Amino acid sequence: MPPTTEKTGTRGAPLRLGDRVFAGASTGAGVLILVILAGVAAFLVSEAWPAVTAPSEEIPGEDNIVLYIWPLLFGTLLSAFLALVIATPLAVAIALFISHYAPRSVATILGYVIDLLAAVPSIIYGLWGAQVLAPQTVDPTQWLEDNLGFIPLFDGPASATGRTMLTVTLVLAVMILPICTAVVREAFLQTPRLHEEASLALGATRWEMIRMSVLPFGRSAIVGGAMLGLGRALGETMAVAMVLSVSGDVTFDLISQANPSTIAANVALSFPESSGTEINVLIASGLVLFIVTLLVNMAARAVINRRRDFSGAN
Amino acid sequence: MAKRIEVKGLDIYYDKFLAVQGVSMTIRPKAVTALIGPSGCGKSTFLRTLNRMHELVPKARVEGKVLMDDQDLYGANVDPVSVRRHIGMVFQRPNPFPTMSIYDNVAAGVKLNSKRMKRADLDDLVERSLKSANLWEEVKDRLGKPGSGLSGGQQQRLCIARAIAVQPDVLLMDEPCSALDPISTQAIEDLMLDLKSQYTIVIVTHNMQQAARVSDVTGFFNLKAVGEPGGLVEIDDTETIFSTPSNRATEDYISGRFG
Repeated sequence: MPPTTEKTGTRGAPLRLGDRVFAGASTGAGVLILVILAGVAAFLVSEAWPAVTAPSEEIPGEDNIVLYIWPLLFGTLLSAFLALVIATPLAVAIALFISHYAPRSVATILGYVIDLLAAVPSIIYGLWGAQVLAPQTVDPTQWLEDNLGFIPLFDGPASATGRTMLTVTLVLAVMILPICTAVVREAFLQTPRLHEEASLALGATRWEMIRMSVLPFGRSAIVGGAMLGLGRALGETMAVAMVLSVSGDVTFDLISQANPSTIAANVALSFPESSGTEINVLIASGLVLFIVTLLVNMAARAVINRRRDFSGAN
Repeated sequence: MAKRIEVKGLDIYYDKFLAVQGVSMTIRPKAVTALIGPSGCGKSTFLRTLNRMHELVPKARVEGKVLMDDQDLYGANVDPVSVRRHIGMVFQRPNPFPTMSIYDNVAAGVKLNSKRMKRADLDDLVERSLKSANLWEEVKDRLGKPGSGLSGGQQQRLCIARAIAVQPDVLLMDEPCSALDPISTQAIEDLMLDLKSQYTIVIVTHNMQQAARVSDVTGFFNLKAVGEPGGLVEIDDTETIFSTPSNRATEDYISGRFG
């Protein structure tokens, strides 16, 4: 909701000092966001431009900027998307358990634990992913290759270290779970009692009540929570940089040693050794990430708005 | 269709708190029974025990018997879900499912009961239910639009259509007109008079004129004293209650001398 910029109050009424101060403050806050966003965009574009126009020999490893960024973008989207696929249903299930199934004491404790997950720094997730989770995945991924190898996702050869795209998506899924769960849980808890009773009075079981009243009411929150999680997964740097074994291949194979890196992890890993045009190239990849994140958010907004008439907000 | 309900010595508790005590009454089939009384006397609570909706409050329970055509609604192996499928309810504030179209709102209960139904049969049922609820003419051109776009009175009639679409034995109405304007109220009252030819209707109302207009039998609920549980003071033909009630408190209440 954009802040109101009206300089006069209700027609003819004198504008009071408090109103004016509040209107000014909220307008300023709204404008500030736009200024910051524009500033970031301007920085990214101006610093990325030299990389776009640079001669091909200055692009590290590749012939042009598109070939350089494409595998990174692919890795970013793949890992974030798969993390979302794992985390969203889990988040909805946890939120439902907390809001409608668990006894109050259990629900409260579980809520705290979930929030605590959000407070764990990403470097810890990175350490955990690399040291604990990755070795654990070696045997299961071998099994996946042996038994489900016909699916391109599990083509193999299975990595011997476990530092695979699969491990990264699992770590990312755990990382985005709390934010998704928190958003969805809040919405579920706010389901109007009237709507729940409407379905129960028709003879709905608890699950049918949830399907008729709670899930529809929380649908936009589910999309919103998923998109917030996706935003975090797209931009996650440390955990990916620490876990993933990178080759730069564009592949859907989740369990092999050869994986595309992600934009954010690549910037973090390459930046210290970069200079001149190399830096511009990294910033150009950052610009791509920025645009992708913007598009994701706009798409989420569009999905939420499309069914506004049915949203229950009216 | 249209079953008789017999309530015998019903006590309603919230945990250890006794909210309503010792209610016994017979609710006649194919008639409108109105429950009147001051706020907080337990008439809505009592109404919600008839379809076991009060159990949604944690630790709420009842003692006593509620029989619907001799079947104990609180019997050991009676599922509250199936009770609610046979006893429909309309609430104080209209509550159509906001995410569903008008059509889907009416069909919602049927879809719960019998998963598979031919499209044509369902169309037919939706039309019949909306006609019974006197809403068909107003919405027939916009069945796919959200129910929340209707006016308050239309929404309430939509809720009635939704409740009768599953062909319940009894229809409970908890102050169905208290959020509506006089014209919409009139429409709902007319509807009740139509519906009583097929259903057993129990209505809780704060509006005594309404009780006098629509009901055949009226029950008066009251608190015994402040801090005491509520209970049924008397129940009789509406005409009798409003002309020659046998209890002094009833007379005071309906004549506005209550205090």
